Amino acid sequence: MNLSSDIWQPVRLTLELAALTTVVLLIVGTPIAWWLARSKRWWKEIIAALVAIPLVLPPTVLGFYLLVALGPNGAGGVLAPLWGARTLAFTFPGLVIGSVLFSMPFVVQPIRNAFEAMGEKPMEAAATLRASPWRAFWTVAVPLASPGFLTGAILGFAHTVGEFGVVLMIGGNIPGKTQVLSVAIYDYVENAQWTEASVLALGMVAFAFCVILTMMLIEKKMVRAAS
Amino acid sequence: MTADTVKVDFRGMLGRFELDAQFEVPARGVTALFGPSGCGKTTLIRCIAGLNHMAGFCSVAGDTWQDDKHFRAPHQRPIGYVFQEANLFPHLSVRRNLMYGHPRTTAGNAIGFDEVTALLGIDKLLERSPRHLSGGERQRVAIGRALLSQPKLLLMDEPLSALDQMTKDEILPYLERLHEILQLPILYISHDMAEVERLADQLVLMRSGRVVAAGPLRDLQADLSLPLALSRDAAVSLDAVVVAQDAVDGMATLAVAGGEFLVPSEPLRVGDHRRLRVEAGDVSLARERPSRSTIVNMLPVRILSIRSQADHRITALLGLGPDGTGARLLSRVTERSWKELDLEPGQDVFAQVKGVALVRREEPTA
Repeated sequence: MNLSSDIWQPVRLTLELAALTTVVLLIVGTPIAWWLARSKRWWKEIIAALVAIPLVLPPTVLGFYLLVALGPNGAGGVLAPLWGARTLAFTFPGLVIGSVLFSMPFVVQPIRNAFEAMGEKPMEAAATLRASPWRAFWTVAVPLASPGFLTGAILGFAHTVGEFGVVLMIGGNIPGKTQVLSVAIYDYVENAQWTEASVLALGMVAFAFCVILTMMLIEKKMVRAAS
Repeated sequence: MTADTVKVDFRGMLGRFELDAQFEVPARGVTALFGPSGCGKTTLIRCIAGLNHMAGFCSVAGDTWQDDKHFRAPHQRPIGYVFQEANLFPHLSVRRNLMYGHPRTTAGNAIGFDEVTALLGIDKLLERSPRHLSGGERQRVAIGRALLSQPKLLLMDEPLSALDQMTKDEILPYLERLHEILQLPILYISHDMAEVERLADQLVLMRSGRVVAAGPLRDLQADLSLPLALSRDAAVSLDAVVVAQDAVDGMATLAVAGGEFLVPSEPLRVGDHRRLRVEAGDVSLARERPSRSTIVNMLPVRILSIRSQADHRITALLGLGPDGTGARLLSRVTERSWKELDLEPGQDVFAQVKGVALVRREEPTA
């Protein structure tokens, strides 16, 4: 088999993007999930719907708006000059922002579900034991919702690895900078490099299988723990 | 007045439920919150804990937790809260559950870890997970966890209601010991009068979000204007001291204000204080002292007041002793025999007491 040497470049870039996106999503998504699980405001479902929109929106639509927003005439034109760039579009930070928005529902929803399943009672018990809300959150809510965090992290990571439309719209196809796995496969096929394409594709199938299997095992463990 | 009391005054709506509850009880011993389900007992106790935010006033032993201007969050109130379901942290071992609210500094801890675990009989369970405990064990751990947070007030929301009778009987002695050993005021919610009679010193009667009456248990039990004294299983609690113990026939003599009772019992120490329970239905009346009867307890009493009931019964409030100034008894008799004996308030008669129950040890000062 004669593979071109740069086959690992998109793999590394994809893993970097997915890992960074997952970390950002856990940091940003946890307070959102907590608020959605606990708030009693009537308009919280509107926020929930906004977070969930990427589930049904064609990735190209999201990608289009992000391209506008990240470009020189949008917010990207204001932010990017801070480190001397002209735009956030077609850059790695732009990809992270796009991935965070696009994978948000996959992280927020499982964590929100876990917080809701936990109910108010453990937090109330902690409060009656002199625990501040902050301490109760870290010592009670987070450990009790840990399966939700795990599910969210895995789904967020996997979904970022598999995204195509948004990346193509805002990142383009710059090898080493924005060319991720799914785009690379597309590229190899376009150039009739079938060997490279099939190696990457097979790797993705194995990866997807592992993700789904892990999710199912976590779910099984959750059911057992709940009973 | 407020320095050594628990004072509570809450008025407001919670959803569609209206609470309008005021009471003030001594900040010592067990105060039972008693009333039918849905009367607002849990809402009230949650307001005291700060778990429900309702406008009102709450102070414990001179420390104001809430008034018009200030509201202390639950974690800033020195409470212990025992929920109906134990509500233990499932991800922590029994030991770490117990230690969760335990202050790190050991200075000023009135309630020690070893003392509590021994008192509640949970010292063998420490390394277990709450998932592998029985219902009774779980509730005991929950009580221990609340105690170790060094509360100034222990709130217990029907801690036994989720348990079967056998488990209840297993836990009640622990609760009684708690009461004897710790100088900690306890607010105890219950809708089971037997539990209340066993544990409570003070009683707060509730009905549809309001406090109907509050005061010492024996006063409220003997108050003919309250539904408690008129119920089918009305009873009074009496503070008694053991004055003699007959080892041969197994009868103890216990003195109450204005009289003495003979009670079959296991050997008791002379001088011990006990609580006696006398049901209104077990007390009948006679104009003269019956000369021969199997009923051993026949005491001179004065009829203080009466209340007729719809079921052709009369409940009479009796004062023990020849001048009726002693402890109070209730008697529930039929209208017919009342008329036949030509009884009236103010008369001196004899009470024949068919059954007397020893309920628990009593603090001598009570």
